[in-house]
Amino acid sequence: MVDQTLLRIENLSVCFPVSAGLFRRSHQAVRAINNLSLSLHKNECLSIVGESGCGKSTLALTILGLQKPTQGSISFDGKPITGAEQPGRMQRARMAQMVFQDPYASLNPRQTIYSALAVPLRLHGLCNQGEVEDRIAATLKMVGLKPEQAKRFPHEFSGGQRQRIGIARALILNPKIIVLDEPVSALDVSIRAQIINLLLELKAQLDLSYIMISHDLSVVEHMSDRIAVMYFGQIVEEGPWQSIFANPVHPYTRRLLAAIPDPFMIIRQEDMTRKDMQPPPLSGFSYYPEEIGTHDVYQSPPATEFLPVGDDHRVRFIAR
Amino acid sequence: MSAPPLLEIKNLHIDMRSGQERLNVVENVSFSIGAGETFGLVGESGCGKSITALSLIGLLNRPLSVGQGEILFKGQNLLKMNGSELRRLRGNRISMIFQEPMTALNPLATVGRQIAEMFVLHQGSTWHEAERKAIAALAQVQVPAPDKRVKNYPHQMSGGMRQRVMIAIALACHPDLLIADEPTTALDVTVQAEILKLMQELCDQRGTSVLMISHDLGVIAKMCRRVGIMYAGHLVEERAVADLFRHPAHPYTHGLLASLPVLGQRTLDERKPLQEIEGIVPSIAAFPTGCRFEPRCTRATPICRDTVPGPSILGDGSFVRCYHHG
Amino acid sequence: MRLRFNLLFGGAICLIILTLGVFAPLFVHHDPILDANLMNAELPPSADFWFGTDSQGRDVFSRVLYGSRISLTVGIVSQLINSCIGLLFGISAGYFGGRWDEFVSGLTNVMLSIPSLIFALAIMAILGPGLGSLLIALGLTNWSWTCRIARSSALSLKSQGYVQAAKTLGYGDIRIMFTQILPNMIGPILVIGTLGMGDAILAEAALSYLGLGIRPPFPSWGSMLTDARELIAVAPWAAIFPGIAIFLTVLGLNLFGDGLRDYLDPHMRTRKA
Repeated sequence: MVDQTLLRIENLSVCFPVSAGLFRRSHQAVRAINNLSLSLHKNECLSIVGESGCGKSTLALTILGLQKPTQGSISFDGKPITGAEQPGRMQRARMAQMVFQDPYASLNPRQTIYSALAVPLRLHGLCNQGEVEDRIAATLKMVGLKPEQAKRFPHEFSGGQRQRIGIARALILNPKIIVLDEPVSALDVSIRAQIINLLLELKAQLDLSYIMISHDLSVVEHMSDRIAVMYFGQIVEEGPWQSIFANPVHPYTRRLLAAIPDPFMIIRQEDMTRKDMQPPPLSGFSYYPEEIGTHDVYQSPPATEFLPVGDDHRVRFIAR
Repeated sequence: MSAPPLLEIKNLHIDMRSGQERLNVVENVSFSIGAGETFGLVGESGCGKSITALSLIGLLNRPLSVGQGEILFKGQNLLKMNGSELRRLRGNRISMIFQEPMTALNPLATVGRQIAEMFVLHQGSTWHEAERKAIAALAQVQVPAPDKRVKNYPHQMSGGMRQRVMIAIALACHPDLLIADEPTTALDVTVQAEILKLMQELCDQRGTSVLMISHDLGVIAKMCRRVGIMYAGHLVEERAVADLFRHPAHPYTHGLLASLPVLGQRTLDERKPLQEIEGIVPSIAAFPTGCRFEPRCTRATPICRDTVPGPSILGDGSFVRCYHHG
Repeated sequence: MRLRFNLLFGGAICLIILTLGVFAPLFVHHDPILDANLMNAELPPSADFWFGTDSQGRDVFSRVLYGSRISLTVGIVSQLINSCIGLLFGISAGYFGGRWDEFVSGLTNVMLSIPSLIFALAIMAILGPGLGSLLIALGLTNWSWTCRIARSSALSLKSQGYVQAAKTLGYGDIRIMFTQILPNMIGPILVIGTLGMGDAILAEAALSYLGLGIRPPFPSWGSMLTDARELIAVAPWAAIFPGIAIFLTVLGLNLFGDGLRDYLDPHMRTRKA
C-alpha cells in the first residue's frame, strides 16, 4: 500500500518560557504541547477538538511554521520541515495555509481583495504578470465570488463573503494542506452551511487536506474523516469519526460529547442523557473529570501510553 | 391564561438615528414572559435581540431609542418610568448577565464586595451583614471555598468562575426576571454545560423568569420552553421549543434548522451537502420594506415584497409572521 | 460633508500660504531685506505698506511672505525627518519586541524627559547657526511621540489575523511592516505629523530669537515676532501679522491632517462614493 501520510508530527513539544521576577530570569516554562504525535493523510479532514488552553492553536502555528518547536519534528511528504533542514518561508507557504476564525480581523482593511491576492502570487513568482489576473479571477470564482468584486475593500463585504475571501487567500498559492481555525464559529448561523459546503467541495475538487480546529462537534462530525481529541497538550483519543462518535472511550471525550447542547438530540430524547447509555469509564486514564483545569502547566504530564482500542482508534492510558 | 404575565412587550419599535434618517432596527416586536418561565430569543448578529433586551432595563444609548410600544413589567410600563424608579428596579427586580464576565465585572474590587454591594444597595444591609450574605450567595452558585473566594479579584478567577460570580450578583436580590445575553458564548463547552445547569437549577428553585438570548439553538433547546425567532429586527416566529424543532413554520426557521449539521445524521445517512440559505443577512440601512426575509426566501411571492405579514396564530399562543407558513 | 470641508479648507490654506511663499517676488514691491529705511520705520498699514513696517522700516508684508519660505521649509522638512525616525524605531520596536523594543522604549523615554527645545539648542550649539543645522536639530529631537504611537499601534496590529496570514503566505518582516502594519496606522501618524509641523515652526521662532536659528536680516516668522517684541505697544502690526501667519499655517495644517486621515480611511471613502 502506498503511504498516505502527508504530514507527520513526531514527539512534538512546545514550551513558552515564563518571565517572572525582577531580573526576568525564566525558571519555568508553560508546556503548551507535550510530546505530541499525529499524522495527516492525503485528502482527509482531520479535526482537532479541545477546549481553550489545550494547545490546539499552538499546534496550528507550529505546523504553519510561525512557532518553533521546543522538541520533536514535523515532516511534510517525508521531508522534515523543522530543525536544521527546514525549508525557507516561501517553500513552506506553498505547503500549508490557514483560514482564520474571525473574518473581520483577518483581512487588511487597507488592501483591496485584488492586491491581497496578487502580492503573494508575485512574491512567489508562480505566474507571470498576465496570468495573475486570470488566476485571481479563477480563485474568486472557485470560492463563489465574482471576479469584478476584486477591486473592493474588505469592509464592503459581509462576514460570509469575507470568509470566502479568506479561503481564496489560503488557496491562491495552491497549498496541499489548509489549517482551518474554527472556520465557521464567528459566522452567522444561516451562513455557516454555505461555508461548510464550500470547504467540502474544494477539498474534493482540489485534493486538499484539512486540519480543522473546532469545538463545534456537529460541524466536526459533518466534515471530518478522522478526529483527534486534545487535552492539556496531548492527544488523548484519536480515531475515525465513526469510532469517536459511536464509541468514545476516554472520559474527556465522553464529557465533551455529553456537554454539547444539540437541539435535535435534546428534543428527541428529552430526559434520556447520553451518559446513561454508555458503559462506565475504564480506569487508568491520564485525566480525571474532577481534576479539570487543575493540571500544573509547568510540569510534564504523567507517563502515559497511547494504546489501540479498535481499528485505527487509539486512547491514552496512564503507564503502569 | 388567567394571571397576567410578568413581562409583556407590546409592539416595541426601536429606532436608530443616522444623520437625517431613522432606521427601524427593531419593528413591532411583541412577546410575553410568564412568572417562572424561561423564554428564549434567538437570532443572528444584528437581528436586534440584544438591543431588545437592553431596552427592557432602559439601557439603550444614542443613537438608539425606543420609538413606540409598551413594556409592561408587573403591569407597570417601564418606558414611562423615570431614572430613579428604573434604577431601583435594575439589579433588584430585573437583573442581567452579559456574555463576557471579565468586562462586566469591576476589575478593581473583590468579587465579595461586588456581590455585597447588591445587598447594601437594594436591601439596605450593612456592609458587615452584606459580606456574610455574599459568602452564602457564592456558595449557592457552587463556587468552592466561598469564604476564601470572596477575597479574590476577577482576574484571579477562570472564565467559568467569573460567570458564576455574575450569576451570584444577578440573583443576589432574588429578582423576578433575569436577562441572560449570550451567557455562555465565551465559555468552553464543558463549562457551558455546568453554567446552564446551574442557572436552570437556581431559577427553578426561586421561580425566577428568564429571558435567554442566544444565537445557539442548542442552548435555547436545553433551557427554554418557548422561543422567539428574530430576523432583521422582526420577531418572525414564536413557538414552544419542541414544536419549533419538529415543525418550524417560518421559512427562515425552516431554512436555519435544515442548514445545521445534525449530530448523528451522518451515521444514519450518507453525508449530504447542507441545505443553504441563499444570500446574506440584510444590513440595517437596507432592510426590505415588506417581509425582511423575502430576498432570501424560496416561498416568496409579490405580496411579501410590499407588506409586512401580520402574525398568524398557530394555537397555544404561538404565532408566525409569514403569508406562506407551513 | 464635514469630512470634505476639513480636507479642502485646510488644504486651501496650506496651498495659499505655500503659493505666496514660493512666488513671493510676484506679490511684493518692496525687498524684504534691502529696503530698510529708517524714515519709514514703524508705519501703520497703508496702501504702500499693506502690513505696515517694522522698526527698521522694512515692509512687513514682504517679510511675512518671504518668511513663509523658511517657516514652511523648517516645518515640513524637520517633521519629515522626525516622522521617518519615529516610524522606523516605533514600528520595528513594536513588531520585533524583545531587547530592541526595550532599547527603543528606553531611548524614547530619555528623549521625552529632556525638553526638546533644550536638546535642539545643544545640537545647534555644536553645529552652529544656519538653516541646515536648524533642520537637523529640529528633525532629531521631536520624534518620540510618533515613535510611541507607532510602537503601540504595531504591537496591537501584529496580532491581527491579516498579519498572521501574511506570515503564512511567506511575506518577509520588512514587507509586512510596510504593507500590512504601516498603512493601518497612518491616521494617527499624520495627525501627529501636522501637529509636529506647527511645533517645529514655533520652535524655529524660539531658536531664532536666541540667535541660533535664522541669522538676521533674513526673515522668518519667528525672528520677526521676536524683533517686534519691543514694539508691541507702538507698532503692534509688526507682531500681529507674523502671528496671524503662524496661526493660519498651523490651523491649515491641522485641518488638512484631520481631513487627510478621514480621506485615507477606506470606510469613509466608499460611504461618500
